[in-house]
Amino acid sequence: MSMPVTASRPSAGRIVYLAVCALIFTFLVAPILVIVPLSFNAEPYFTFTEGMLGLDPAAYSLRWYREIVENEVWTRALGNSLLIGVAATALATALGTLAALGLASRAMPARRAAMGLLISPMVTPLIISAAGMFFFYSSLGLSQTHVGLILAHAALGTPFVVITVTATLSAFDTNLTRAAASLGAGPLLTFRRVQLPLIAPGVLSGALFAFAASFDEVVVVLFMAGEDQRTIPRQMWAGIREQISPAILAVATFLIVLAVLLLLTVEWLRRRSASGARA
Amino acid sequence: MAGPLRDPRLRAAVLVLPLVAFIGVTFVAPVATMLVRSVYDPVVADALPETLAALSDWDGLDAPSEAVYAAAARELLEAREARTLGRVASRVNRLEGGLRSVLVRSVRRLREVETGPWREAMIAIDADWGDPRTWHAIRTAGDRLTVRHYLNAVDLQRLPDGSVARQPEDRRIYLALFWRTFVVSLGITLLCLLLGYPLAHLIAHAPPRRAGLLLALVLVPFWTSLLVRTTSWIVLLQTQGVVNDLLVALGLVGDDGRIAMIYNMTGTVVAMTHVLLPFMVLPLYSVMRTIPPQQMSAAASLGASFPRAFRRVYWPQTLPGVGAGSLLVFILAIGYYITPALVGGQSGQLISNFVAYHMQTSLNWGLAGALGGILLVSVAVLYLLYDRLVGVERMRLG
Repeated sequence: MSMPVTASRPSAGRIVYLAVCALIFTFLVAPILVIVPLSFNAEPYFTFTEGMLGLDPAAYSLRWYREIVENEVWTRALGNSLLIGVAATALATALGTLAALGLASRAMPARRAAMGLLISPMVTPLIISAAGMFFFYSSLGLSQTHVGLILAHAALGTPFVVITVTATLSAFDTNLTRAAASLGAGPLLTFRRVQLPLIAPGVLSGALFAFAASFDEVVVVLFMAGEDQRTIPRQMWAGIREQISPAILAVATFLIVLAVLLLLTVEWLRRRSASGARA
Repeated sequence: MAGPLRDPRLRAAVLVLPLVAFIGVTFVAPVATMLVRSVYDPVVADALPETLAALSDWDGLDAPSEAVYAAAARELLEAREARTLGRVASRVNRLEGGLRSVLVRSVRRLREVETGPWREAMIAIDADWGDPRTWHAIRTAGDRLTVRHYLNAVDLQRLPDGSVARQPEDRRIYLALFWRTFVVSLGITLLCLLLGYPLAHLIAHAPPRRAGLLLALVLVPFWTSLLVRTTSWIVLLQTQGVVNDLLVALGLVGDDGRIAMIYNMTGTVVAMTHVLLPFMVLPLYSVMRTIPPQQMSAAASLGASFPRAFRRVYWPQTLPGVGAGSLLVFILAIGYYITPALVGGQSGQLISNFVAYHMQTSLNWGLAGALGGILLVSVAVLYLLYDRLVGVERMRLG
């Protein structure tokens, strides 16, 4: 097997290598590619009907999309997901950005320990966080409330903000703030006019990560949400466990589209931030 | 700048403090309460203080003294009034099966007993009150601070004489479960490495435009909801699912020979490998991108065969990525809950699923806390290792 750049004419080894990679890519993408067409299935099946394979238009329909749009359970779940996601993201982004500004400073005492603590919600097994939050938030009367879920999701979302903003700040030229200060700008003005515009892409992508994490979180919701706080993942969980209906595939397709949009936005921000760091 | 904020150390700390306080209250305190529950349980001690005091000088061999019975009768009746009897009974029952109904039934009948001697009255209601094992269970359940949940979580128990012994054979499940979680997570990590390595290599050394496109193929699943991906695997792998249909259509298996690929360990491994693969590809890709591809051709022109050039030149340089990716995948795998719960069936359950079971179904919160505590310590050790080797802030998020 030869390495890609050295290959002028594809050798047998390289063909095998490319075929293996193609198979792995198929493994990665197939689950997503299968869901989308099946969500247009006219029959209540989870598999391709003969009509679908024969590209018969009658075998495809929007009935599952109609079902989720008309079903109050799903629209309420969407409302809850958006409310909890947006509020938790706002909280996580504000606190996370502030903390990242402090952590980026070399003067920060116990920097490594603080960083380890602040990232820990991301690697702690969710079942432990969720069980602990259930006990603790119940004792404060916050379980089965939107406020409780917002606080919980904000806690789980902050590591994403801390990581992305710290990464952006490490590429940031501290001479810029010093220059602003020497020109007489106070710290707030310096932050608003110099630092913030430069780290804005990092802050925004951190916020998108935090939002995606909340929008997809189900374990804490399983423990803490009542009927009135059910989110989209919670409703999907119920759908998979209890009565599996192809309407789930329509919701799944919607979530895939959302994922692609989030990904494109984050990539666009990354490019902006990379060119900003060079400028 | 005004006042004490002139000190840069203080200024940095003031910026970090709000989040530290927030995480402390919303995250650390909850996890701590969970751990406290694994060693501390005041329910029985609070409900039966005098009974436990009277039991403290019981020899443990025969039925205890009349004073114990008198205190127990009074305090159990009070617990019934205070509606804590059910909680007391379920805790005693965990130590000696069958005692829940003995307690609840006896207290109902005790209301009709006017005066002592209480020993005869209680034994008349239920012969179990004459059995020392009943009182051992009550005395043990009365410990406020206890390590018995941790003993339980590693298949040990404390015998009435105070010695520690293994659980009876049919109750030894958790060591095997920890072992299974470890082996499955290791297997998934190796699978991810095996699948992720060539993928990351292809992306890292492709021309920029194609690399961007290929990277997107890794990132789209990464951003896609976990529940969506789990649903997809059900759709693909179930017995009436897409893959089985395909195999039948190709004549590889008969219609009655459809393969069970989901709701078992296979389902857990396949779905979790899929979910965790991007966490392996991204750090590998970051490292491989910095390796000049000319090195391999240089090695080849010096006469090294491909395997030799790979082993001596390329592989050593990718080790930081291999370490970072493997550690991260392993950390995430040992604590995984959702995927095994949805596609693991009976055989594909991991330690997190048993924490959830004891939280929600058996309501044995102490044991849930102990299993969770052991899991948490394992994750913490790996996390510290990750921080030492990679640095937590360098975690790649897509």
